[in-house]
Amino acid sequence: MPEALYRGEPLPVGSKGRLSSGWWGMITVIGTEASLFAYLLFSYFYVGAQTVGPWPPGGAPALGLAIGGSVLLILGSVTMWWGEKGVRAGKNGQLLFGLGASILLAIGFVVLEGIEWSHKSFSLMSNAYGSLYFTITGFHLLHVIVGALMLTMLFVWTLLGYFGVRRHSTVSIAVLYWHFVTIVWVAVFLTFYIAPRLT
Amino acid sequence: MRRLSLAVALALPIAASAATPMSYLRTFGPAGDPGTALGYGLGIVSIVVMVVVTVLVLAGIYRKRPRPASARELTVSRDEGGLPWIYIGVGVSTLVLIACAVWTMLTVAAVAMPAHAAGLTLQVNAAQWWWNVRYRNAEPLQVFDAPNEIHIPVGRPVRIELTSSDVIHSFWIPQLAGKMDVIPGQTNVTWLQADRPGVYRGQCGEYCGVQHAHMSMYVVADAPEDYAAWAARQRAPASSTVAAALVGGQQAFVRNCGACHAVRGTGAGGILGPDLTHLKSRRTIAAGMLPNTPGNLSAWIANAQALKPGCRMPTMALSGPELSAIVAYLDTLH
Amino acid sequence: MAAVLTGTDALRVPVIARPADDASIAPRLDRIWETRKGLLGTLSSVDHKTIGKRYLVTAFLFLLIGGLEAAVMRAQLARPNETLLSPEQYNQLFTMHGVTMIFLYALPVLSGFSNFLWPLMLGSRDMAFPRLNAFSYWLFLLAGIFLYVSFPIGRAPDAGWFNYVPYSSLQYNPGINIDVYALGMVLLGLSTTVGSINFVVTLIRTRAPGMSINRVPILVWGTLTASVGNLFAVPAVSLAFLMLWMDRRFGSHFFDVAGGGQPLLWQHLFWMFGHPWVYAVVLPAMGIVSDGLPTFCRRPLVGYTAVALATVTTMVLGFGVWVHHMFATGLPPISLSFFSAASFVIVIPSAVAVFAWIATIWTGRPQFTTPFLFFAGFIVVFVIGGVSGFMTAAVPVDTQLTDTYFVVAHLHYVLIGINVFPVAGGIHYWFPKFTGRMMGERLGKWSFWIMFIGFNLGFFPMHIAGLLGMPRRIYTYPSGLGWDSVNLVISIGAYVFALGVLLFVINVWRSARHGARAGENPWDAPSLEWATPSPPPAYNFAVIPTVASRYPLWEDRLTGHQGHSSTSQGMLLDNGRETIGTSALDAVPDVILRMPGDSFAPLLLSIALAIAFAGMLIHSWWLFGIAAFISAIASIAWLWPEARLGQTTEIVRDRA
Repeated sequence: MPEALYRGEPLPVGSKGRLSSGWWGMITVIGTEASLFAYLLFSYFYVGAQTVGPWPPGGAPALGLAIGGSVLLILGSVTMWWGEKGVRAGKNGQLLFGLGASILLAIGFVVLEGIEWSHKSFSLMSNAYGSLYFTITGFHLLHVIVGALMLTMLFVWTLLGYFGVRRHSTVSIAVLYWHFVTIVWVAVFLTFYIAPRLT
Repeated sequence: MRRLSLAVALALPIAASAATPMSYLRTFGPAGDPGTALGYGLGIVSIVVMVVVTVLVLAGIYRKRPRPASARELTVSRDEGGLPWIYIGVGVSTLVLIACAVWTMLTVAAVAMPAHAAGLTLQVNAAQWWWNVRYRNAEPLQVFDAPNEIHIPVGRPVRIELTSSDVIHSFWIPQLAGKMDVIPGQTNVTWLQADRPGVYRGQCGEYCGVQHAHMSMYVVADAPEDYAAWAARQRAPASSTVAAALVGGQQAFVRNCGACHAVRGTGAGGILGPDLTHLKSRRTIAAGMLPNTPGNLSAWIANAQALKPGCRMPTMALSGPELSAIVAYLDTLH
Repeated sequence: MAAVLTGTDALRVPVIARPADDASIAPRLDRIWETRKGLLGTLSSVDHKTIGKRYLVTAFLFLLIGGLEAAVMRAQLARPNETLLSPEQYNQLFTMHGVTMIFLYALPVLSGFSNFLWPLMLGSRDMAFPRLNAFSYWLFLLAGIFLYVSFPIGRAPDAGWFNYVPYSSLQYNPGINIDVYALGMVLLGLSTTVGSINFVVTLIRTRAPGMSINRVPILVWGTLTASVGNLFAVPAVSLAFLMLWMDRRFGSHFFDVAGGGQPLLWQHLFWMFGHPWVYAVVLPAMGIVSDGLPTFCRRPLVGYTAVALATVTTMVLGFGVWVHHMFATGLPPISLSFFSAASFVIVIPSAVAVFAWIATIWTGRPQFTTPFLFFAGFIVVFVIGGVSGFMTAAVPVDTQLTDTYFVVAHLHYVLIGINVFPVAGGIHYWFPKFTGRMMGERLGKWSFWIMFIGFNLGFFPMHIAGLLGMPRRIYTYPSGLGWDSVNLVISIGAYVFALGVLLFVINVWRSARHGARAGENPWDAPSLEWATPSPPPAYNFAVIPTVASRYPLWEDRLTGHQGHSSTSQGMLLDNGRETIGTSALDAVPDVILRMPGDSFAPLLLSIALAIAFAGMLIHSWWLFGIAAFISAIASIAWLWPEARLGQTTEIVRDRA
């Protein structure tokens, strides 16, 4: 083998750090899920542009609970970042703390979202806006719940001692997804809550 | 005599396209002509490209080459080479494409709107599987419906406003213009202009359900005076005096058919099906499907489902005499 | 002797071996990689070669089913006012014909080629995610069955394969048929997505050392491009079908006008997916030709870099032309002009490929084998399909051509011409690798000529029918419109083409059983898959090859590059199922990847998901709930970190 290619040094075995196959796999998952949300938001803007009359039909939605939820999710990303930092330094306790905090914050977000949903005067079946609102926020909520389940499994696996300084690619992969879910929320929030206030 | 000369005048251009009335290789008005010219241009380019590529492939395969020393021998000793083929081929193609794109943009502009404002506006409403045509007028009392067979004056642009009662259809008179889809919830606008008198066939151009295949219509382009005369006749309600022998038929018609069909001047005022006030003035029935003869009309009324399965006209339970009476009455609705 | 790893061992210097000098290597690798025999092995196999062949066979079955549907349609259309089929029957047939060919044949057949060939072409022992690979196949099979369940339960989808609303909405189509289509497509979309993920990560991670990005075969470029495209495109159609299902069954209002919805939203979402999709089903096939033609022209492909870049460019541009399927919908002229211009521009990268192929033939020395005939014939039909598309790019011409048989001609020239012909040629070409035998040349040539003549006889006149104004999707037509003779010729041609396909299938069947046994490289081809036995063993390569050029097996005859590729000496990697992981661009080895073995999880998860979708279809929410729960459990079990794969802190001992 040419020297430029490989000099005979020892190679890592198995899921290597951040560039494991699974990490790239999660990147592609994020790519396809991001497209899904792009198409959802496109649908919202398209229907809005084609609608004769006010859009949103009931005016811009109230900000309170949504801002609260945004704060919780963003904090959840911060705690997860901190947790991953811990396992990379060999501090499993920090990882557990980060995971636990993120899971609780996610639950908080789900609760706030549920309250907001129950306060709406329209439903999925009311009109196009209602259909879009509940479908888009609903898809996002589903992603949060799946993410919380992933973090729960990570919590269990950390307790079982699976992860350490050299072996934590599973954690990195899940964290990638978690940050993605937060970023999607920012896009959804800007679309539903801020964009109507800009025009 | 007038009708005969009209028929002769119509016959000549019709004969040219009589064998293929849906062909748009020849169009007859400014809404379609620029597109037709562009189509020929692109078609010629296409044929040239097909021939050139085929010749190059065949020549490449069969051209003489020195015999190799062995089958293992490669024809080149380096990985590269042959790139000028790509540069030249793609270069020429790009120039041709740019020219065609420019021509296309010019044609899009040319057919977007008529040169002069349209004097006549038609509201065409598509429904499964027929066309209602409402002739708009500033005077509300002058508005009338005449479904499936559209009449327009020769040489004048006509504005067509398209609405749908149900699903997506497409309004298409190939020898006059390209298609325009008819989409529920919005009003698409297109225009027609026939520069030659004649009869032009059209058909729905977007799959719309079980009888999409039989959703046709005709456009009849008349000299302006003839159009005006036709419009005046259409505008008028059905004659109030009905021969004694036909009264029974009229009553049977109103009783059995009035829920869906209208004949202005009688008690029949249904809007679910085509307006039949001047049924006999039309060349075809069932949205261009059958010639308008008493025999076909009778078969249609008795059992439309056998002729156009799935259409909205139910099978009418009529006795023989009742059916003949209705057909005889309808035969008078010129 | 396998190396024994200790608990702290996360690094290893891979053993370099020469199989020619060590007869124990092959049997040991066999034991490690072989799938166990019998039904259990069949159901749990993650061998990419097995999965590839399954895709090919299943896709071909769907091709034949779709062909039968077309044969019946052409019998109905051979004469005016024919009454062989009722309009309802015809409408179901043409819809399912489109669905079957476009979704259940065109992409899966290319997935079959790519699954089988990629690791062999890339010098690897497997794809990056072997279990995901099996999963994508099982999902495809179950989704295909799901879609076809519509026939026996009474009614197939009948709104056309593009299923426009409002006709496909509940008000006009109240049966369960459209729901079958909608949910079946979401299920199939999952299969396509996970398959795409596998290809993308495989390309990034598991190539042989030295197989830099500018040395991979064009089939790899084509499939990679298609996969990236699918990742971004498939969500649009899955979303559209989900929204339609919700409108139909949950009273939402995405598309219905009365509730403020937009019928054209369906068309935008559908075509934002649909246009990239059609490039996904042709770019890998063009790659088959770009890789096969050099073998039979005795020279490397002209303009490799240009062709690779053209492949990517086509896909990127393919995301910017979707509105050309909507030129007649009443959009503003400025929008029409933009998409019309983009549709002209997208012709340019295709021209690059065409001239590359012509140049390869011209400057090469054609070998008149059956694969060559398919590849050369393909160039001609590709161009015919391309120019008919070019004509429809012009908006004012398209408003006449759209929804007529001209478009039917165009789409069949591009789909049959650019997919089926390369597939047929590719099967002839790689048959020795698939089965260890050669396909019959005599029957092969007959099948080519009958297919080629029949195809052109059947589909070229469709251009004429279209220009004469014959709309598409009509179950019959009256006489007197000038369409009679052209339709008769089309039907005859279609049956001739069908005969050609039948001969091809017979050739495959017979050759698989009685064909001449093939050596490693019967065609004297240049790429890595031809350095393995025919068929390759379960482990592909006894040692990982090193690659120094685009055409490793022709290096002794081509000058101008340093280094030599090697398949006779390389990394052994036999501590269990292992392959090498390399950097993305230059393929520098940087990790030893541990691969999962055979597993039942993919099959079980597929079945659970299919049942969940069945529950959604019949509104059985408890069935859905149970199946979804089982799916979640199966997914967690699948993803449970394993020491054997190097995902946890301990590495276990491997048995020798």
